[in-house]
Amino acid sequence: MLKDFAHYLVVSVFGMDPGRLSGALEFFIYDSIKIFLLLSVIIFVVSVIRSYFPPERTKRILSHKREFIGNILAALLGVVTPFCSCSAVPLFIGFVEAGVPLGVTFSFLISSPMVNEVAVVLLWGLFGWKIALIYMGTGLLVAIFAGFIIGKLKLERWVEEYVYKIRSLGGAAGIVKQAFKERLVYARASTAEILRKVWLYVVVAIGIGGFIHGYVPEDFLVRYAGPQNPFGVPVAVALGVPLYSNAAGVIPIVYALMEKGMSMGTVLAFMMAVTALSLPEMIILRKVLKIKLLAVFVGIMTITIIGVGYLFNAIL
Amino acid sequence: MEIKVLGPGCANCHKMEEMTKRAVTELGIDAKIEKITDIGQIAMHGILATPGLIVNGKIKHSGKPLPSLEKIKEVIKGEF
Repeated sequence: MLKDFAHYLVVSVFGMDPGRLSGALEFFIYDSIKIFLLLSVIIFVVSVIRSYFPPERTKRILSHKREFIGNILAALLGVVTPFCSCSAVPLFIGFVEAGVPLGVTFSFLISSPMVNEVAVVLLWGLFGWKIALIYMGTGLLVAIFAGFIIGKLKLERWVEEYVYKIRSLGGAAGIVKQAFKERLVYARASTAEILRKVWLYVVVAIGIGGFIHGYVPEDFLVRYAGPQNPFGVPVAVALGVPLYSNAAGVIPIVYALMEKGMSMGTVLAFMMAVTALSLPEMIILRKVLKIKLLAVFVGIMTITIIGVGYLFNAIL
Repeated sequence: MEIKVLGPGCANCHKMEEMTKRAVTELGIDAKIEKITDIGQIAMHGILATPGLIVNGKIKHSGKPLPSLEKIKEVIKGEF
């Protein structure tokens, strides 16, 4: 139905002759409508769920949780708890103060920017549900694993001392009870805000699919970054670590790379490196973490993500 | 009445401060608005996601998306 509509629009309304350009335009319109419908619906639903998990509740759930179980919970809660890197420091302090174990806190901090509904929907819309599920599953595993290792290493002494001295004024923090209607209002506002932030990236990504498609040879990157090249994954990850972007921002690049023959594992590893690790976030986290802990964090993440890349290049 | 706007200085935090000031002016009440930008102080107040709004020691809002001007007025009136 959507396809027919796109065809009708291009041929009858715009009056274009059927050909390569009109085909590309049809594809572009069809994909845009499809992905924005998906995005709107899923972000709205996730936002409603999200309204039940404000950071205060997540903190309470994770407080004094055992390792491993705590890491799994933290990674899952990272998906639905709203978080932006500008709040990383107060959130970190709040978690530590409430007795959330360090490794569990890390699982949350890793999963939150990397695995979220925007990333999953965009991957689903552009590459199919399998890729979306694989990204989500491995993203969670990376967050659980890296957080677990950091917990096992007992690196609490490498957290800035003042963090442990902060005592909440107490009593102030309460979870506001919301009526269901209020949650819907919140979800609508949240959906609008997220869409406003990501729509341009999404259009660019779809544009790459629709127009650049066919103009650069399909296997352009195969030689350099195909599954046969053992250095493809580490190079992609090394390039991705300092880059800073949210999941939506990196999608156009991911699409272009995949279109031109970069292998799946390498692309997913690149996307994880970009979203989970970034220079600005490191600078923000430096306020609460000593440089050694920051280095361990980046090291563990880099190695884990490279591992994921190799694994998928081998099995996909 | 004591109102605190908490945020390290991101765009949304400035917007929150502006809206709170406007809400107070429009309500015509006498309130002290304090802006807290120190990260440790923000955490100490129990705010996990910025920007935060605290009225008379109670957390009324934290994080994004920002509340509407009407909502802020309502919250302040509720504590008056």
